[in-house]
Amino acid sequence: MSNQNRTTYGGKVDRNKPINFTFNGKSYTGYQGDTLASALIANDVHLVGRSFKYHRARGILTAGSEEPNAIVQLGIGARTEPNIRATEIELYEGLEAASQNCWPSVNFDIGAMNNILSRIFPAGFYYKTFKWPPSMWLFYEHFIRKAAGLGQSPTAKNPDRYEQKFFHNDLTIVGAGISGLLAALGAGRSGCKVLLIDENPELGGYLLDYDFSINEKDGKKWIKNITDELNGLSNVTILKRTTAMGYYDYNYLTALEKVTNHHSELSNTLPRERYWRIRSKKVILAQGAFERPLVFADNDRPGIMMASAGQKYLARFGVLPGKSVVLFTNNDHAYMTAYAFVKKGAKVTVIDTRESVNTKITEKCISLNIKIYKSYSIIKTYGDRKVNKIELQKVDKDQGQLIGEIESISTDCILMSGGWNPAVQLFSQSRGKLKYDLKLNTFVPDKLVKDQKIIGSNNGQFNLEENLNESYQAGFMLAKELNFNSVENIKWTGQEEIGFTHSDVEPYMLGKKKITQGSKHFIDFQNDVTAADIFLAQREGYISVEHTKRYTTTGMGTDQGKTSNVNALALMSHIHNKPVDEIGHTTFRPPYAPQTIGAIAGRSVNKLFDPERKTSIHEWHVGNKAVFEDVGQWKRPYYYPKNKENMHDAVKRECLAVRESLGILDASTLGKIDLQGPDTAKFLNMIYTNAWSQLDIGSCRYGIMCNEHGMIFDDGVTTRIGEHHYHMTTTTGGAARVMSWLEEFLQTEWLDMKVFCTSVTEQWSVLSISGPNSRVFLQDLTDINLSKESFPFMKFREGQVCGIKARVFRISFTGELSYEVNVPARYGKFVWEQFIEHGKKYNITPYGTETMHVLRAEKGFIIVGQDTDGSATPIDMNMDWIVSKKKEDFLGKRSFTRPDTIRPDRKKFVGLLINDKKTVLPEGSHIVEKALKQPPMKMLGHVTSSYYSPTLGHPIALAMLQDGLNRMGEQVLIPLMSGKVVEATVSDTIFYDKEGMRNNE
Amino acid sequence: MFIINCPYCGERDQTEFTCHGEAHIARPEKPSEVTDEEWGKYLFFRNNPKGMHFERWTHDHGCRRWFNVMRNTVTDNIIKTYKMGEPRPEIPNE
Repeated sequence: MSNQNRTTYGGKVDRNKPINFTFNGKSYTGYQGDTLASALIANDVHLVGRSFKYHRARGILTAGSEEPNAIVQLGIGARTEPNIRATEIELYEGLEAASQNCWPSVNFDIGAMNNILSRIFPAGFYYKTFKWPPSMWLFYEHFIRKAAGLGQSPTAKNPDRYEQKFFHNDLTIVGAGISGLLAALGAGRSGCKVLLIDENPELGGYLLDYDFSINEKDGKKWIKNITDELNGLSNVTILKRTTAMGYYDYNYLTALEKVTNHHSELSNTLPRERYWRIRSKKVILAQGAFERPLVFADNDRPGIMMASAGQKYLARFGVLPGKSVVLFTNNDHAYMTAYAFVKKGAKVTVIDTRESVNTKITEKCISLNIKIYKSYSIIKTYGDRKVNKIELQKVDKDQGQLIGEIESISTDCILMSGGWNPAVQLFSQSRGKLKYDLKLNTFVPDKLVKDQKIIGSNNGQFNLEENLNESYQAGFMLAKELNFNSVENIKWTGQEEIGFTHSDVEPYMLGKKKITQGSKHFIDFQNDVTAADIFLAQREGYISVEHTKRYTTTGMGTDQGKTSNVNALALMSHIHNKPVDEIGHTTFRPPYAPQTIGAIAGRSVNKLFDPERKTSIHEWHVGNKAVFEDVGQWKRPYYYPKNKENMHDAVKRECLAVRESLGILDASTLGKIDLQGPDTAKFLNMIYTNAWSQLDIGSCRYGIMCNEHGMIFDDGVTTRIGEHHYHMTTTTGGAARVMSWLEEFLQTEWLDMKVFCTSVTEQWSVLSISGPNSRVFLQDLTDINLSKESFPFMKFREGQVCGIKARVFRISFTGELSYEVNVPARYGKFVWEQFIEHGKKYNITPYGTETMHVLRAEKGFIIVGQDTDGSATPIDMNMDWIVSKKKEDFLGKRSFTRPDTIRPDRKKFVGLLINDKKTVLPEGSHIVEKALKQPPMKMLGHVTSSYYSPTLGHPIALAMLQDGLNRMGEQVLIPLMSGKVVEATVSDTIFYDKEGMRNNE
Repeated sequence: MFIINCPYCGERDQTEFTCHGEAHIARPEKPSEVTDEEWGKYLFFRNNPKGMHFERWTHDHGCRRWFNVMRNTVTDNIIKTYKMGEPRPEIPNE
């Protein structure tokens, strides 16, 4: 029989639109407007999942986003999502969902053994059991990870599209219940820009489920009128199915809008979800409150749910969760649900923890044939897969004991109500302070942060009429503060049959078994935390609320304790006999509810994950089959394989071409900074370690920059272009860092220096030609006289190259005769192609970064960030020659005489020659004095660069070696991961052309 | 996520800025004349107050200017932003 628990009429589902879905592989039918939870209950499916730790049978506890139990695996394949609340899933045709945390099935779950064995799984079980011995942790972890967790992540790539939207407005209202709607009206009528957010598909909140009247009219009609008016206001944006996830400083909110989640088909035009990033001048929180469970023995069986949830299933979905219902309450308001159930034909028995109930209610109950047990408690429940019987007994509250006969009642549904807790999570995220209200027995907002209001039951205001008036006024006032004038408030009157009264917070109900002896009074349903666990944590000294949380895991998990937190705190208060205020509460952090990572990433995935920077010559590299390397965001040619060459062969060919004839490198990615102003030389003197005052116009100089700790952080060649005009180059990866460094000192330390820095990295294409034939080659293409006498090494000239005005720098990173030709970026590819064409007779060979690295290593030139790691001074790098002794001050100078930097045993930059002339050491290898079978071994240093040198025909390496300069010629050992130990000889860092004749040609 | 009032551009989102730690740490005029201990203080020692803090920020994705911020580290309220070279503002009562 389908929909056997559906009432004959009522609810807002469309009974003309049946929807087919499957749960755990079985087919069911629901109606348009159902949630998965309501459709399951309608089909008499109550067992929907197994609990986290004990694998206990669990049903549907709530009807909203606070649901701890009914979390399911939704969808299959790449779109599958774990831990989705069945109470929030709108039913769509073809929906497939399954229970989690059970094997082989939810009805017969092997893991349920944990429940029988629960005596050996107390709070802190993992901490206590798997702590020793430490070396075993990796072994334990494997099995623990297998057993832990709830749902399954998809293994395939997510095919959905997610979008982000930035939104700026005057006022954002979170929650479109009665308070939120009225606040929106109060502000919206003034014309200010309002955003109204609600997580449900329908506006109206809790009052959609209860009978009430406003200004003596039917409340539901009234909600519709307000909604219609708001829909007509162009300045009001309403977002349904949208959950406010984060509330950060300065009224910055994030919200997740489910755009097509509830559609059966993937949309071609709409994203699945949209992530809103909202910045508002004012914010109103109107999120309402969550009903509090009662903590009694075995209060977790399927069929036990919150009274308000029962009300919602009945009123909204036309689903009667039980026919023989027990309402367990400590307050008046829940009686509304008893009446509603009786009206639909259910038999209702009320168990009230209080000694007296007011006459109005008592009389009505008599007329409806509802029996009330006053001052009673449920002491035990029965039923494996659904509750079928309870036992109850009278409670003597003064003595704290059960008295009288044990009675028992057959039932198929328990509705419980322990009072209400304002949903203060977002408020708390925004740093609003909470206080414990002794009347309401819950935490309510205390101190607000700037430009924020919190209203309605979210603020502890449970009186309908007061609520109506305060809410409108809140919207009105905030609009007014922003100079928008709205329609003044009119006086609203509102009636509910039973209003909210205060209710006690009850740490736990007495049960048949003593609570401290492991009776299962669940506080946190999702994490299987019982009252006994809280007792245990206190006994074992985890008394701070944050410790109790972590030790017992109460308040963790996907629901973050929305239903459990206050009960846990009340129990701690009871145990320590201290007011809840003094117990405090844990910190709420975003997100408010679980959210997809996809939405946070938005469109910043795949190609759009990170920008790619390409030189103007990039297309040519692609066309010529370059293999690329990422250098920061830059794409740089790594090498250019020819005829199926491997990397080694290509690099070898490229290296030899440069050494023998002519190579060309696209060096456009080098950082370039244009420096101008009368104090530039003075400034460079402070920034670089060497002297700059005497540099002639048209000359280039290599410089090293150190930070104030004396450590190298960048290097490059700077050229004096004019009287007060310099061109600085930096490493490719360090360009932005250097720019920022220069600006820092100009703007914060030397405000009187007249220097302007401009990044020109992308303005110039840099074609570096290198090799003994570079002069004869270039001379044919330029009007600059390239003769040795006219244009010596480390000089700069301007002139025409291939008809383009160019800056030519005679500097070398390869050790060969070399020219760096800079042309405006738009001509880069043109000039490059001209070079390739005219260079044919010299076998011009394009080379990539790997060849560049090998060639510079043969010359012992450092690469900052590879050979140095932020802990090396120029002296460590054997570059004393670049540290001025004459300059009184420069950045880092003072640190060169710190006790640590003058330690004689510091690591120094050396070369290594591998004795077997074959092994290319892995970079990063450790150098040791004595090779042992396994670590620890005394480490002397490490290999920073290592290559096979085609020029020399054997491997070379550069290394940082303790006291390296005094070890020249000594033998060192390099143990590899494979167990092999390589022998090497410490050498000079310059392996090729030690006199530096070649670049001086 | 703050809104920061850049003294040159006005109010902008925090994502446009970078924080560079404590402000008003003057570089010694003559580093060669300070002791190792004084130099060490300049290099390594910073305040980490609960309450009012003075810090340096740059508007990287904007005007690229450096400026100072007076921020309450407890509430994260930015009390004042001011240009480099301007004196450290008085800490307001409360």
